[in-house]
Amino acid sequence: MLGFRIYLLQRISAMIMAPLVLLHLGVMIVVIQGGLDSAEILSRTRGSLFWGGTYGLFVLAVSVHAAIGIRVVMFEWMSFQGIKLNLVSWLVFAVLLMMGARAVYAVVA
Amino acid sequence: MQEPTDSLEISVWRGDATGGGHIIYQVPRQPSQTILDVVTWIQREQDPQLAYRFSCRVGMCGSCAMMVNGIPRWTCRTHVQKVVQDNQLTIEPLRNLPVIKDLVCDMSEFFTKWKAAGGQFMPRKTRQDPVEPLLPDSPKRAAANAAIECINCAICYAACDVVTWNPGYLGPAALNRAWSLLNDERDSGQQARLEAIASDAGCHNCHSHANCTTYCPNELNPSASIAGLKRLAARAVFTGNL
Repeated sequence: MLGFRIYLLQRISAMIMAPLVLLHLGVMIVVIQGGLDSAEILSRTRGSLFWGGTYGLFVLAVSVHAAIGIRVVMFEWMSFQGIKLNLVSWLVFAVLLMMGARAVYAVVA
Repeated sequence: MQEPTDSLEISVWRGDATGGGHIIYQVPRQPSQTILDVVTWIQREQDPQLAYRFSCRVGMCGSCAMMVNGIPRWTCRTHVQKVVQDNQLTIEPLRNLPVIKDLVCDMSEFFTKWKAAGGQFMPRKTRQDPVEPLLPDSPKRAAANAAIECINCAICYAACDVVTWNPGYLGPAALNRAWSLLNDERDSGQQARLEAIASDAGCHNCHSHANCTTYCPNELNPSASIAGLKRLAARAVFTGNL
């Protein structure tokens, strides 16, 4: 079941994701144009609070957004309800957050 | 558009809450024939046990809605010529509502949700008070007027996929009514209505497919009403009113 606050959380997470996706794509295009290789990119991202914060926020927003979206699909198409629905939602959130955090760590640490 | 021929092959769903199936009837083709004419002919000439519902026959009462070739329509205002394919038609009871018998649905759930969404007008004043002036051009009144002509035929409800997937969802008609009243300055029940449309069964379940708007025979836009409710409820959350 989708409460109104969960619905709002999904909209807010989408609003956070949209500019970050544009920023990511923009930076990728500029970087490729400049001819930087992966080692040079990593030398700029490692230890950077800005890139850590940017991608960390993006990963958090994706985890929230996708978990709620999948929650709705599970409820409407697979009739998941109650504890089962909550468990699946939290599991999707946790897995996405863990995978995303690992990727951010690899780029920033 | 096809040229009229002598006979139509009509597949009508017959059955009740326990199940049923389609029965084929041959019906003579008439000029300016409506789907309701076809159903009435079958009942009068071929099968008196066929159950269906109608009243005004002119698109005012909203009682004759059925699925015609899989699309919800007012049968009284749908000409055969407009929807017939290869001289064949399929007529079924409205989707998303329990069947009582043949083409008659149980509308209880539809009207229960209409009430649950705060569909009743709650006046702020009594008959002893002077009549409240309403400015027809004010934005709120314009929004209320745009949604007010609903006759509760349940076509939008039958067209809504979210109702199919989530039977608890209030549905487009109930939410459209709530939007009309939330814009009515004479009403005193706004807080309870706001809580109803933002409940778990509320407006935010809508995926904006807009089937309700596509098929509304009165050309209303329940999708826009629901979008308005989402904005209203979001604002209420951020201002601490929900």
